[in-house]
Amino acid sequence: MGKLFAAVVIIITIVSTTVFIQRTWWLPVDISTTGPAVDHQLDETMVGTGILFVASQILLAFFVWGASNTSASKKIKIFPGGSTPLVLFAIILVGLEILTLTFVGSRAWAAIYIAPPDPNSLKIDVQAEQFAFYFRYAGPDGVFGGIHPDKIDDGSGNYFGLDPANDVPARDDIVVGSLTVPVNKPIWLTLHSKDVGHSFFVRELRVQQDFVPGLDIPVHFTATKIGKYEIVCTQLCGLGHYNMKAYMEVVSQDDFDQFLKTQAGQ
Amino acid sequence: MHDVSSEAAVHAHTAPTGFIRKWVFSLDHKVIGKQYYALALVSVFIGMVLSWFMRIHLAWPAWPIPLLDKLSAVGAPAGVMTPEYYLSLLTMHGTIMVFFVLTNAPFAAFGNYFLPIQIGAEDMAFPRFNMMSFWTTFVAWLFMMAAFFVADGPPISGWTAYAPLSAVGGDAGPGLAMGQNLWAISIAIFCVASLLGALNFISTTLDLRTKGMSLARMPFCSWAWFVTSVIALLAFAVLLPACILLILDRTAGTSFFIPAGLVLSDKLQPHSGGSPLLWQHLFWFFGHPEVYIAILPSIGIVATILPAFARKPLLGPRAVIGSMIAIGFLSYMVWGHHMFVSGMNPFSADLFSIPTLIITIPATILTLMLIGTVYGAKMRFTSAALFCLGFISVFISGGISGFFLAQPSLDTVLHATYFVVAHFHFVMAVASIFGVFAGTYYWFPKMTGRMMNEALGKWHFWLTFIGVYAIFMPMHYLGLAGNVRRYSAFVDDFMIPLIPVHKAITIAALLTGAAQLIFLFNLLWSRFRGTIASENPWEATSLEWSTSSPPPFDNFGGRHLVVIHGPNEYGIDGPQDYLMQAAPEQTSPEQAGPR
Repeated sequence: MGKLFAAVVIIITIVSTTVFIQRTWWLPVDISTTGPAVDHQLDETMVGTGILFVASQILLAFFVWGASNTSASKKIKIFPGGSTPLVLFAIILVGLEILTLTFVGSRAWAAIYIAPPDPNSLKIDVQAEQFAFYFRYAGPDGVFGGIHPDKIDDGSGNYFGLDPANDVPARDDIVVGSLTVPVNKPIWLTLHSKDVGHSFFVRELRVQQDFVPGLDIPVHFTATKIGKYEIVCTQLCGLGHYNMKAYMEVVSQDDFDQFLKTQAGQ
Repeated sequence: MHDVSSEAAVHAHTAPTGFIRKWVFSLDHKVIGKQYYALALVSVFIGMVLSWFMRIHLAWPAWPIPLLDKLSAVGAPAGVMTPEYYLSLLTMHGTIMVFFVLTNAPFAAFGNYFLPIQIGAEDMAFPRFNMMSFWTTFVAWLFMMAAFFVADGPPISGWTAYAPLSAVGGDAGPGLAMGQNLWAISIAIFCVASLLGALNFISTTLDLRTKGMSLARMPFCSWAWFVTSVIALLAFAVLLPACILLILDRTAGTSFFIPAGLVLSDKLQPHSGGSPLLWQHLFWFFGHPEVYIAILPSIGIVATILPAFARKPLLGPRAVIGSMIAIGFLSYMVWGHHMFVSGMNPFSADLFSIPTLIITIPATILTLMLIGTVYGAKMRFTSAALFCLGFISVFISGGISGFFLAQPSLDTVLHATYFVVAHFHFVMAVASIFGVFAGTYYWFPKMTGRMMNEALGKWHFWLTFIGVYAIFMPMHYLGLAGNVRRYSAFVDDFMIPLIPVHKAITIAALLTGAAQLIFLFNLLWSRFRGTIASENPWEATSLEWSTSSPPPFDNFGGRHLVVIHGPNEYGIDGPQDYLMQAAPEQTSPEQAGPR
């Protein structure tokens, strides 16, 4: 029975690890300036913990195999040196792993979440609601109109609660249902929620950030590859959560200018 | 060691004879322990069937699921569930499993039954409180079950009930009116019950130990129950007010968790000044320690059982106890790792990340002590022993993924994906349940006087062990590929290609679930038909094995045991390879009778 257990554990370990190594299912290629640091951190963690995972499962299997010999002549054995070497091993090895991960990883985190956004960023407002995202560009005047929750009305398409009658900057605001950004240009999103918690997640950007009702939350990134990517909601927001998505199109600066012109003309 | 004879006398009570007092409103910790176990058993099968419904829906959304339309004609017309009913089932699965199974089975059920016996006491410190804890828990359970039967069904806000989704009422969606009220009331009542239970466990451990039972001589599971009860006391004391504030927001028009300017169902909500993040902080201040409330008792159970089948002492008993205490302490400093991308100050992410990573040190020590105990053993591969070994394996697998999720920079891609689902199911749910299975096979003879069937036990182990890997290991891959959790269907371009993986997981989940019927059958069959158990069938050392199976009403038949050894005396040279904790019965007059 012990040998069977050892064999099963080893098979499980080999199969699980092989799928990780082959990257059959993996993150998509990253398209942001901050993404490579995240990928590097993931790889480093994968290797470090992968070794720990394989080593501890094999050690368990190996010991269980040995423990299945229960002949009368066999004497039980205590682990060489008792618990102290193992405790020291855990503290030093895992401690070092933790230190490495923290120092390297906190830089990857800081680049996305702590570093201030580039002041020359393109600012875009995002409004999340059950179950859609809306994006707002400031328009030719470069100034956003104010948000008035009492003016929010999905029926007339006023998702942000703008008041163009009394608020001049609001008149040229461009509100659309998908995000279009120029390539290689710093983008500064401000996340608002109309109703409950939502989240902004684009796998290719390596960026995820919750919308918190009542707070304006900044997110910044620079997309480096032209293409069309999916934005999904990752914070449980109600019955249509699974279907809350939008597209992000990364386009050339020329195409982006054209996009703004077309939208402003409408 | 102070003398407890006077206190013990206060707690002495005679065995009840009436049915109600004996089996329903019993003060006997052993009956209460079995009541908790029965409630957890019913709950775990409900929770499991809910997971079957969800898994079938994810893999084959158009299939009509038998009986589901009977449960809710609105939620599952003709057996095909609506997106909102999926979320209702998801909420109920998580809530039932976390509160009524993972908190109740390893901690309340086994702890109630065995803590007093293991420390040589006749009962818990406060038997009436103990009865109240169970029946209060039962009332909480009834409130939770009632949510299935109200008009718009159970809440859809998940077991974490994030505000404002959970706080604004029916405008936010189905299940968020009466269903969410019942949820919040149930959890508040559950908190009261758990606080009573935790106080009782702490008092019992500190005050009712028999002569010679120093803290250092307590079996490892008693240590785990003790540490857990301290954690529970501090954790539920925070969740209780949080639930009360939630109920007030929902019913009394307050705005603790709801800010101004929210528009739901085209209505501007009449709230202002609250903070959704406040709920998250309060919830996770409870929620993270709750993970350790679920897992520490199982660690203790495995640390107690493994040496009895390895026939050698647990490696590093002090390191094991120290690690459990360290985990308990650290569990209060890490709640923010659930909130890295929640919108809280990003600087605090680093501060929550470091203690989270540090927890892996005591967790690694615990794992290595268990693995080191197997080294050089002469293992008796009973069902209980196999579940202990399986526990080590799944605890490693679940613990390893913690390294990823503890890092804010990786949370940017892994948060809210199936990677998280894989992590917490392995490390908290499966590992904890493996501890409960090990405990059941090990203690069933003591609790019922009959042995469980070993052949069925081994089938149960193999199918479950391989099954849980088949279910949860692929979820890591799904998570890496960006598969978001809590989706009732996968409509995004990049998730559609992942559906075949979900189908495989569903098949594994159905088969593994079916294997649990073997366990259920074994439990019921052995209760009536199992071979009669001796006093100490496993040749184990702790005090529960120094009394009859099952123990008499006062646990030791009027004897007051004197403890002369620690619980870890296995692998001794001599006619028998272990030493019982209790001194052999003395016959000289001055030694007989109460201390």
